[in-house]
Amino acid sequence: MKKAINDFRINMPSKSVNEGFLRTVCAAFSGLCDPTVEELSDIKTAVSEAVTNAIVHGYKEKTGRIYIDAVLFSDSTVRIRIRDKGCGISDVKKAMEPLYTTAGDDRSGLGFTVMESFTDKLSVRSAVGKGTVVTLTKKIAGKCE
Amino acid sequence: MKISVSDKSVTVFLSGEIDHHNAGILREGADRCIIKERPRELILDFSEVTFMDSSGVGFVMGRYKTASAFGCKTAVTGLKDRDRRILLLSGMQNKIEFR
Repeated sequence: MKKAINDFRINMPSKSVNEGFLRTVCAAFSGLCDPTVEELSDIKTAVSEAVTNAIVHGYKEKTGRIYIDAVLFSDSTVRIRIRDKGCGISDVKKAMEPLYTTAGDDRSGLGFTVMESFTDKLSVRSAVGKGTVVTLTKKIAGKCE
Repeated sequence: MKISVSDKSVTVFLSGEIDHHNAGILREGADRCIIKERPRELILDFSEVTFMDSSGVGFVMGRYKTASAFGCKTAVTGLKDRDRRILLLSGMQNKIEFR
């Protein structure tokens, strides 16, 4: 049975300037499992999408906090949870459709599609007025110590 | 971001990380030049891009819209495999040229 062998938590204001820091710190944590460069980039990209969603859609014009907790498991799986206490998503299924977006300004509507493409498992839980939790899970080829 | 202008084309040389945070500045610079120059062709060069998420796709889609309004064609070049993979998710290959 797999067991949790390492973890970290972080929370930061939902400012776009923090996007780079948050995706990098998640990639660095996954780096403890000796991933390939490709796997690291996959994690960086998927986290970037989830954090951007929290900023653009979760909190919109307001600034709230983004909560990330990540766990490394003994089977070299990394699970990263990105949570906001923003407005929530009324129709998660619709929001996950490729190219669907409620934001203008050059948003491609591909955030969830990219998260799905670059991880092994994506789950989204959301409640209107309460917030959204995105969980990304990825198996890493290397070995966790 | 550097931009070079020739008789018929505008080339935008993108560099570093393209995410939601910095896409806005890139958008303003590129659009200002497209509107001023009204080229026949817009080339977006990704050779020096080190990271891109779907905000990069939104950037390409947006510039395609701006350029098309002036009858200008759009091409992308210098894409790494990963960035190409992200861009292909948008179906933009039907509208812009991949070089």
